[in-house]
Amino acid sequence: MANFFAMGGYAAFVWPAYVASVLVLGTAIVLSLRAYGKARRTLRQLEQEMGETGEKDS
Amino acid sequence: MRITVLANPKRFLDLSRVLVPWFLGATVVLLGGGLYWALFNTSPDYQQGESVKIMFVHVPAAWMGIFVYAVMAGASLTGLVFRHPLADVAAKSAAPLGAAFTALALLTGSLWGRPMWGTYWQWGDARLVSELILLFIYLGYIALWNAIDDPVRAAKAAGILSLVGAADIPIIHFSVDWWNTLHQPASIIRPGGPTIDASFLWPLLMMILGYQMLFFWLWLVRMQTEILDRRGRALMMAKGA
Amino acid sequence: MTAFNALLLRDIKLAFRAGGGATLAMTFFALVATLVPFGVGSDINLLGQIAGGVLWVSAALAALLSLDRLFQADYEDGSLDVLTLSPMSLEAAAAAKIAAHWVTTGLPLVLLSPVLGLLLNLPAPGYVPLALSLAVGTPALSGVGAIGAALTIAIRRGGLILALIVMPLITPALIFGAGAVTDALGGMDRGAFLFLAAFSVAAVALSPFAAAAAVRLNLAG
Repeated sequence: MANFFAMGGYAAFVWPAYVASVLVLGTAIVLSLRAYGKARRTLRQLEQEMGETGEKDS
Repeated sequence: MRITVLANPKRFLDLSRVLVPWFLGATVVLLGGGLYWALFNTSPDYQQGESVKIMFVHVPAAWMGIFVYAVMAGASLTGLVFRHPLADVAAKSAAPLGAAFTALALLTGSLWGRPMWGTYWQWGDARLVSELILLFIYLGYIALWNAIDDPVRAAKAAGILSLVGAADIPIIHFSVDWWNTLHQPASIIRPGGPTIDASFLWPLLMMILGYQMLFFWLWLVRMQTEILDRRGRALMMAKGA
Repeated sequence: MTAFNALLLRDIKLAFRAGGGATLAMTFFALVATLVPFGVGSDINLLGQIAGGVLWVSAALAALLSLDRLFQADYEDGSLDVLTLSPMSLEAAAAAKIAAHWVTTGLPLVLLSPVLGLLLNLPAPGYVPLALSLAVGTPALSGVGAIGAALTIAIRRGGLILALIVMPLITPALIFGAGAVTDALGGMDRGAFLFLAAFSVAAVALSPFAAAAAVRLNLAG
């Protein structure tokens, strides 16, 4: 186990590389999904409001 | 299925809603499997020791940086020449992902080279230097998109820029290579090495494919977001009227 | 006088006026060369070694400075719209503007370079390669720079984005240009001039088309 984490002495380079990869890609995922959710919610809200005013008019 | 079918935003949204789960699933399987294999089932390289394991996150990132630019340029060309309505959405959505991959390639490449070079940055590594320039090209492209208010104009301007970049990038790479023939780097052991052991090939391929699936997944999500955003803006303008 | 020549002469005249780009570029070029020794120390040998590279970098920056106004000034006062009505194509007009930019920015740098080379203690074998490489390479800076200028016409503070866009694209000129000087000093020949010339020819031949396309889309709106 300890050997695995030590990565043959290269731990200071290997682990930051993997952690950075997870962080950068993870951030990309989170930001993309959040923006998508927000866009959907906003659109739904707007469509509801348009629907309501439409009903009021008629 | 002809590409013109996808010209209709609603059709595209329907199609991507079907595809997204598949890409997400493929991403999880390939990245999960690839990571496990890379970390637990590969032996140290006889020259580079365990630091060779960085290859499994560096090479896919570097590859994707270039692949996404090609996608961007292709989408730009389609938009400029064939006036495909979703082409600029595709290009705009891909760019930040490509920039992220390229930045990651630089980060991991620097860490990979440190044990060999003794420094975190080696101007003598032509690929790393080319990747740095590619990152700047990405940033300029994204900045141009954001700086122009009119989305139609922004798309065309960014499109022209991406095509000029596409023509220039091979020349840039060649010139950086040429630049390096003056001084050979101190260590001949370059990240990537002269030969990659065959046992590394399969986990590497899995990781590359996994990154590829990750891109397609997020690319679709971002394109959907952009289309929904545009619809929202159109509705808001209609409300105001 | 052809429309091309008329535009060319007009732009040159404007650039050499006060507020035009020509004197600014030359001043900046000289300024950078003067500042470098303060930054890196007065060691003659060191300065002589980096002189070629320093002057090429400052040439690139000086060219960048004057690109800002290449299309901007005409866009603001409506001359750009008038240009589209003229008998010559927008591509030819772009080519004329690129040529004018080179005459008013690149050419003075070529002529100034031996003096600045002296200031930076450039060794004797370096002078001709320096002037020659600048002469061959600065047209590429004007060409590629014009594309950036055309793309950033309507942007507030577009100068910043202009620099970000153009700098990566001109690295081959910088590499081959400075490399030509370094090679001459080292007695080598790695074909720098050949590659530089090829890049410049391609840039000058193709950039009017890209620049014109960019101008068109900015005028259409």
